[in-house]
Amino acid sequence: MKRNLTLSALLAATALTMAAPVQAQDSVYVPLLTYRTGPFSGSGVHIANGMRDYLEMLNQRDGGIGGAKIVIEECETGYDTKKGVECYESTKAKKPVMYNPYSTGITLQLIPKAAADKVPVLSMAYGLSAAADGTNFPWVFNPPATYWDGASVFIKHVAAKEGGLDKLKGKTIGLIHLDAPFGKEPIPVLEALAKKYEFNLKLYPVPAAQMQNQGSVWLSIRRDKVDWIYNQGWGAMNPTAVKEAVKNGFPMEKLVGVWWAGGDDDARAGEAGAKGYKTLNFHNTGAQFPVMQDILKHVVDKGLSQAKKEQVGENLYNRGVYNSMLIVEAVRNAQKLTGKKSVTGEDVRRGLETLNITEARLKEMGMEGFANPMKLSCTDHSGHNKVFVSQWDGSKYVKASDWMDPIKDVVRPLIEEEAKTFVGKDPGWPKRTEACDKAA
Amino acid sequence: MFYREAGQFKKTYAADMAVFPILQDRIGLGIILFIAAVVIPLTGSTFFISSVMIPFLVFSLAAMGLNIVTGYTGLISLGSAAFMGVGAFACFKLTTSFPNVNILVWILASGFFSAVIGALFAIPSLRIKGFYLAVATLAAQFFLEWCFVRIPWLYNYSASGAIQVPQRTLFGHIITGANATPTTRYLVLLAIVVFMTWIASNILHGRVGRTFMAVRDMDIAAELMGIRLLPAKLTAFALSSFYCGVAGAVMVTLWYTGGEASDLFNIRQSFYILFMVIIGGLGSLLGCFLGSALLNIVPLVLKYGLPSIGIAIASETAEHINHLLVGALIIFILIVEPHGMARLWQITKQKLRTWPFPY
Amino acid sequence: MLYNILIDPFVQMGASPDLFVQTLWEGLVSGVLYALIALGFVLIFKASGVFNFAQGIMVVFAGLTLVGLHEKGVPAWIAVLLTLGVMYVLAIAVERVVLRPLVNQPDIILFMATFGLTYVLIGIGEFIFGGEPKQMITEQLFLPTGSIDVNMLGGRVTFQKLDIAAAVIASAMIIGLSLFFQYTRIGRALRAVADSHKAALSVGISLNQIWAIVWFAAGIVALITGIMWGARSEVSFGLDIIALKALPVLILGGFTSVPGAIIGGLIIGVGEKMAEFYWGPLVGGGIENWIAYVIALGFLMYRPQGLFGDKIIERI
Repeated sequence: MKRNLTLSALLAATALTMAAPVQAQDSVYVPLLTYRTGPFSGSGVHIANGMRDYLEMLNQRDGGIGGAKIVIEECETGYDTKKGVECYESTKAKKPVMYNPYSTGITLQLIPKAAADKVPVLSMAYGLSAAADGTNFPWVFNPPATYWDGASVFIKHVAAKEGGLDKLKGKTIGLIHLDAPFGKEPIPVLEALAKKYEFNLKLYPVPAAQMQNQGSVWLSIRRDKVDWIYNQGWGAMNPTAVKEAVKNGFPMEKLVGVWWAGGDDDARAGEAGAKGYKTLNFHNTGAQFPVMQDILKHVVDKGLSQAKKEQVGENLYNRGVYNSMLIVEAVRNAQKLTGKKSVTGEDVRRGLETLNITEARLKEMGMEGFANPMKLSCTDHSGHNKVFVSQWDGSKYVKASDWMDPIKDVVRPLIEEEAKTFVGKDPGWPKRTEACDKAA
Repeated sequence: MFYREAGQFKKTYAADMAVFPILQDRIGLGIILFIAAVVIPLTGSTFFISSVMIPFLVFSLAAMGLNIVTGYTGLISLGSAAFMGVGAFACFKLTTSFPNVNILVWILASGFFSAVIGALFAIPSLRIKGFYLAVATLAAQFFLEWCFVRIPWLYNYSASGAIQVPQRTLFGHIITGANATPTTRYLVLLAIVVFMTWIASNILHGRVGRTFMAVRDMDIAAELMGIRLLPAKLTAFALSSFYCGVAGAVMVTLWYTGGEASDLFNIRQSFYILFMVIIGGLGSLLGCFLGSALLNIVPLVLKYGLPSIGIAIASETAEHINHLLVGALIIFILIVEPHGMARLWQITKQKLRTWPFPY
Repeated sequence: MLYNILIDPFVQMGASPDLFVQTLWEGLVSGVLYALIALGFVLIFKASGVFNFAQGIMVVFAGLTLVGLHEKGVPAWIAVLLTLGVMYVLAIAVERVVLRPLVNQPDIILFMATFGLTYVLIGIGEFIFGGEPKQMITEQLFLPTGSIDVNMLGGRVTFQKLDIAAAVIASAMIIGLSLFFQYTRIGRALRAVADSHKAALSVGISLNQIWAIVWFAAGIVALITGIMWGARSEVSFGLDIIALKALPVLILGGFTSVPGAIIGGLIIGVGEKMAEFYWGPLVGGGIENWIAYVIALGFLMYRPQGLFGDKIIERI
């Protein structure tokens, strides 16, 4: 026990010294909960690079956001909930402006904590779909679209290819998904749509331990004569799914992944056969945009990035950049609303709610054609913004459809209903007391 | 020197058979409890309490559960995380179905559900032994994990399959949910752990515990001495699962605010708990705490401690080194003392008793 | 209900025999691959009584080293040789640092030490090669890609060339190992050690040397397994979880039997694919994960030491 106590004492001491914030000049502290290790690091590394590099670029080029330097701190989670919560607890005292948990498990843990600690959680197009309901989840944001929006866009895409929503009748649509909360997210929407448009929905769960061993799942898909497959997978599950699809002769252009199933490595695994693989997306790929060139110039070429030059512009790297863009715009918005440079988590929550990224603003940031305009509101924390379909051409993803609106009239009621059941029985769930701001 | 027992006379058999026969041990225990119950809540930072002490206590409890079956009865189990899951889901279902009953009652009651499931999976243990049994318990791990995902009733049909523990109070203080302060949660947890440890100590020092140990040392001999093996092994599994179940229940109520099964109760967690038991010391209650402390605190010191004393390392490098060091440490401790840290402590104690004149 | 469980799956098998053959083939291929991992366990358990938990991570580590070296510009065949070298060094190191000081300790302690080894290997692997998953260099190793489609039984059955290659290589390897154990001097020494440490020592067999050799052999098996699984999916740290699949194979076949590992692997492979394919949909799928253990448990109730394991004799 003695040893235990000395260790605790040491740790207590370190914890105390860490708690002292260093804020000499105007700065905003942005902790990044990233994972460059663990079984999902394959996707995590690229996202982490993208997120970090964009923030670093602003520090190098503009000296931060609106005169406030961005203090970036990465905390390694390894996609592990315990470590993620540790990261949260250890960075909480340093007045972070927001958290990006980057794992469904960690997001679920942070959702109730965020409200209590008054820090917004930005789970960009992941986490809990129901959190799009700003009335019940004032501190959680999941722009630009939820998983449920994604699933509805997939159905729209199928309809477009089949020749109309009425042609869906009698078709068999399969969902291959990771057998965990993340994978199961789209099921309610797909079920609702299956009822509405009278197609058959088949579910193919893949347990986490079986991610790289999907033989029987794909045989079932072959047996059931599935017409279209929606892939809600992550990590090693995606390249394996692409490989198995190639192997079983499933037409690649009918295999559509959620946006997280769109890593360049995922498709590359299928080699020549993977050509035609589709994934949903809400930003473009490639390094031709001015913002990417700035990152290359100010960060990568100076050796400040961990990314290789050719990785800049890959899908998941750009995803990280997009995520950081949302962080920065929210902070900028908060600065405009409050008039101070060092904004707090509470200010940034207001900044997020009034977020309105217009075409003009995108052009200003050098992101014209990279992303689509998007808007959030006090009730709608996701925006249900437009999404498009990317297709793998053998070496990179290219845009293969127009920007499509989600089927909002199906998704939104489901979200509000689910949000109610999620918080419903809890007497301690905070009622929304935060006022709603007018857009700045 | 420090442990001079001169002058401490035992006048009754009961005093001689006490768990802590030496006065210094009793004082030491008192000091530790005082530090845990008073000093830490008053001085510890939020991070220290919520990310160090709470996980430490939860895993100590789980390790205690595993130690009962593995350390005391000699049956290796690799399903402890799944049994924790049973407790967690039982507690969640109970408190959402009967919100008016105090959560503490449900935390303890959820252990019984876990115990029943544990005993059920223990039935093959009469025939199967050693590593074969260890692998057989994996069946429990994977099957239960599958049930947690596939039976929507368990998580009240929430679309994501995750559970969210509602806010509950004890004597007017909020003890679960996000609004509970870490200190409150810590104190409730501490009370539960101390209480459960006291119970475990009494059971294991009594007839039941001795039966377990007889089975562990040689089950055929134990049988010849009149111990009925099946009931003994089933009891061990049930008791172990009870502790694991309570650990799981406090994990989702007092540590996390909910969560998802595939995330919290997976096979890696089972291995992690086994780590603690073996590193801490098989067949020792103290070992559960030592093992849990080592495996919870060393990674944190490496990750957060080093940067704060000026050794700056990138976050992911720290993680790599962390893996390396934890692995090396495990091997090192096993080489130095295969019976775990509890034995190391005993040796130290023995040395302290005779120091400075060992002869 | 009963109809769905007892009759319908068989009706389906009869109705589309091509799918049945395909499932069978899938099962056999994954069975062979499970058997390969199990083989690594068996080798070490036989010779040193160590239940080597690190076998799974050795698979990842070997695959990662191979691909990582190739990425750094080393030609494929030199990379293979170098990886073998690394596995050899690893074997020696394990013997020196872990096994030698822990000789004569209870099984569970050695088991635990291999846990420690797992962590060390994860740390080293990620430190040197990074955490990103890598593509297996299938073509550079002259592994065939593509598939052979056979029209039979009123349908199409696809045989992946890679899977065929995997089956061939695995079989060759198993035969090679059996011959090695049966006929070479080292092989005989190894079997002697497996039978009795003391007796082996007394006739002048060096235990340390034998241990280093079996760990090296397990390293080679790990490399081949790594290549095969890597080619089917990718080389990533998630792969070590696949190694857990070897555990039901082991309890089914017995910890000490090479043929047991193979037959166990095939039974588990075919059994779980059949179960998932025909019975899985009844309960919502995803049962592949635990059904293997249930199959193994079923066998264990009749033979507690596995199908081919040494009979446990207990004395007081």
